Amino acid sequence: MSQYGFYFNGPRCTGCKTCELACKDYHDLTPEIAFRNVYEYTGGTWSQSGSLWSDDVYSYYISSACNHCDMPACMANCAQGAISKDQKTGIVTIDAEKCIGCGLCVESCPYGAPKLDAEKNVAVKCDMCADRVAEGLVPVCVEACPLRALEFGEIEELRSKYGDVAAVAPLPDPSETSPNVVMTEPRHAKPIDDKTGALANEIEVA
Amino acid sequence: MNDAMVSRRGFVKGSALAGLGVAVAGGGAFSLFGCSSQGEQQTGASEPTESAEQVFWGHCSVNCEGRCSLQLHVKDDEVVWVESDNTGDDEYGNHQIRACLRGRSIRRWINHPDRLSVPMKRVGKRGEGKFEQISWNEAFDMLAENYTRILDEYGPESIWNHYASGVNASNIGSFLSRFINMNGGCLGRYGSYSSAQISAALPYLYGTRAANSNSDIVNSKLVVMFGENSVETKAGGAGPTYHLEQALEQGGAKVIVIDPRYSDTVATRADQWIPIRPGTDAALVDAVAYVLISEDLVDHDFLAKYCIGYDEDSMPESAKGQNKSYKAYIMGEGADAVAKTPAWAEAITGVAADTITELAREIGTAKPCAIYQGKGPQRQSNGEQTARAICMLPVLTGNVGINGGNTGSDLDGFYFSTFSVPTGDNPVETKIATFTWTDAIDHGTDMTKLANGVRGKDKLEVPIKMIFNYAGNTITNQHSDINRTHEILQDESKCEFIVVWDTFLTDSAKYADLLLPDLMPVEQPNFVSNDYAGNMGFIIMGQPVTSPKFERKTLYSVLSEVADRMGMKDEFTEGRDEQAWLEYCYEEARKKDSELPTFEEMLAQGIYRRKDPDGHHVALKDFRDDPEANPLETPSGKIEIYSEALEEIVATWELAEGDIINPLPVYAPGVEGFDDPLRETYPLQMPGYHYKARAHSSYGCIDVLKQAAPQELWINPVDAESRGIADGETVKVYNDRGTVEILAKVTPRILPGVVSMGQGAWHEADMAGDKVDRGGCINTLTSLRPTPLAKANPQHTNLVEVAKL
Repeated sequence: MSQYGFYFNGPRCTGCKTCELACKDYHDLTPEIAFRNVYEYTGGTWSQSGSLWSDDVYSYYISSACNHCDMPACMANCAQGAISKDQKTGIVTIDAEKCIGCGLCVESCPYGAPKLDAEKNVAVKCDMCADRVAEGLVPVCVEACPLRALEFGEIEELRSKYGDVAAVAPLPDPSETSPNVVMTEPRHAKPIDDKTGALANEIEVA
Repeated sequence: MNDAMVSRRGFVKGSALAGLGVAVAGGGAFSLFGCSSQGEQQTGASEPTESAEQVFWGHCSVNCEGRCSLQLHVKDDEVVWVESDNTGDDEYGNHQIRACLRGRSIRRWINHPDRLSVPMKRVGKRGEGKFEQISWNEAFDMLAENYTRILDEYGPESIWNHYASGVNASNIGSFLSRFINMNGGCLGRYGSYSSAQISAALPYLYGTRAANSNSDIVNSKLVVMFGENSVETKAGGAGPTYHLEQALEQGGAKVIVIDPRYSDTVATRADQWIPIRPGTDAALVDAVAYVLISEDLVDHDFLAKYCIGYDEDSMPESAKGQNKSYKAYIMGEGADAVAKTPAWAEAITGVAADTITELAREIGTAKPCAIYQGKGPQRQSNGEQTARAICMLPVLTGNVGINGGNTGSDLDGFYFSTFSVPTGDNPVETKIATFTWTDAIDHGTDMTKLANGVRGKDKLEVPIKMIFNYAGNTITNQHSDINRTHEILQDESKCEFIVVWDTFLTDSAKYADLLLPDLMPVEQPNFVSNDYAGNMGFIIMGQPVTSPKFERKTLYSVLSEVADRMGMKDEFTEGRDEQAWLEYCYEEARKKDSELPTFEEMLAQGIYRRKDPDGHHVALKDFRDDPEANPLETPSGKIEIYSEALEEIVATWELAEGDIINPLPVYAPGVEGFDDPLRETYPLQMPGYHYKARAHSSYGCIDVLKQAAPQELWINPVDAESRGIADGETVKVYNDRGTVEILAKVTPRILPGVVSMGQGAWHEADMAGDKVDRGGCINTLTSLRPTPLAKANPQHTNLVEVAKL
């Protein structure tokens, strides 16, 4: 079988959120739900000496969607059997017919990838634009990025090109679910166990 | 997993439970029905009877100074989703003109339920936002009658074609100028809200405002940017942001950004951030110059060959022997006898003296070094001095007119084949500074050449009596001091008639006497050529994506009807409709540029790219290569570090107290700056910034953008703590001009003592009541006092206080 994945070129990303909004347009999502989110991770403090301030401030952005994991926590926790992983592509999808909207997948995913659509009472999430991929296209977020910071492809090929870093703060430990994502760390990136910074745009995350 | 992620999951969990609660309350049967209905819809969507999806080319051309390609997918005469440019190989240099988050959200604008749909006339007091539907015939008559009456009574100098930039399509907005010019013209305007100060100041130094293409940064060793934040302001994928990224990735230059905010440009492109107090950039420059001169890091050959006013040897005759040279001033030998040392600048800028010295050594030893400024430093009360001062760094180090260098101005690009509807000339020669239009309504006949920057006449003879406002939100939202502006406009005896075209009831549109529902550029034949776009120019040709909905009409069709009533329809239209004008303009351009594709080819391919044949645009290269053959447009033909023309202005103009114009490009304190005594009352400096959520106010009501990039006040934890303010709380920001309520983003990404909010949020206040703006519009707090030289908007110079609600 194949396994598709995403590559995130951190040094190129400006945090502009075009990926997130292009996805919202293509999948016709409301403000409350995003299949891809851009996280601002910020740290550092200011100190004063006389009238002068000095700082060690840093900040960077991470664009993250469903990583169509090898060990999808959402799938493992779905009592309805509504979540499946496609044998040919590795894409993890939710069957809206089977889903009862219980929210267990939402709670179990360390990436917060599935969302509960309260109106339709089903869980929804990134399907890697499976319809586009089936036509030989790339997911819309990848095609949209003004900085060409996202790539899509066979995860093994992406790893051979870009290495195997799968997380920086504020993302979870990749060992939890074996996500199919690889990244070049953005400038200022901190390790996942970093304590110097924090997610700085929580109200923007949907 | 870290704490931040735990917190995120908690948030999602809360939402999920809330959602379940709604479903249960609605009843099990209801939610089951909901599911099955959704299932049916999905089945229906794949039935072969469904009409096919069509794709149309269009563009996003709001005033971010980018222009981006769109492919709009349309089904049953409705836009269903938005693709951007995915043509070609996307190799850098032939890259795709990819839209940013805003262009990608244009469907929500096109299909927005709040769009204006019918012509309306005002029924309440002006500015109340109360309107009543009228027929188009009534609207045409009303416009023709009022325009004719005001022209007869007050003459064309009473007519104002308002500054507006919501539509930057070559074949659309120009129709208004064409119409007005045919009717005797209007009071002219100079300068913009974007770049008035730098545009006014730099010609005294260089004879022009000119800059390198930022793609040329690939040739730089060091890049120093003052307040430059194109990463956020010009995000589109063929604009300066992508060129900067590629230039740095391929060229490897070090980047230093000087900005009070740790902007997205700082976060994602800078090797070093130098936070600085707003309005003090020129003091930093003066001290860098002090170090460059002291340590002999200046380019003596360049200064001797290309410049006047650096030292006594190159002073013009009128100023010789008076210690008025730049060098004398910097080294403490001028009239003020103060050496502009790093210690001197530290007290003003808040930048440590050691940091200034290091910066100077880096600038002095890196060749080539590119110095850029954004348009933030100049949009301040002392902005003209700041803009010109920053340019002294490349002048002193000889980085002007070469690859990898720059003039110190903002970035530029490559342009070809621009063309638009012929507008004719404005027969009126009198002009005022764009920003001073409210003064011209309120007390126009008091405005003079020497005190207010009136041009073409010694004083204005008639106030502004009528405003044409096409696709602009600068009547209130993007102008300054909204509360004062509201008062001026409410007096209907002053400005007698205001006609506004727009797609929404913007805050400015509320001041219309006649409000007309516009079609968006993508809904009519549309054409645009690139703005700032590095070394790859392009044009985009679009067709109407849907039929006009409701009673919306193009500007052109409205003006044609009004022209008909004024007996000049044939002259105005020349027998063309919108499509015929588009083709006419394009063919005119092709006459001058035979390499352009045919009109039919352009309609099919939508976009056409062309790389700069010179590699990268290098400003003043001809002058650098041969200054004798290619003198600058300054009086001396050289770079005028000391400007006799400015000396003359200082001697003759009537400047308000606190307004400083210096013949030298050096620091001058600004009114309401960091050292203004007003800081005892309002201790925080508040510049604005251009936010990714909007281009100015365009896209300001799109829900997904408001969620993804909410309107917030950036405040340092130091300032927040002392006021008891926590992240995410609503606070009030206020000064003598007004009050804004806004969410606080408590972040270390801003210098203590400085707060900031993105400009362009939609003003939202009860103007008959408390006038408190709950939309977070910075112009509730900005000043109408024009800057000294350009008489322009100092919208980043504001002193405020912030308090918990």
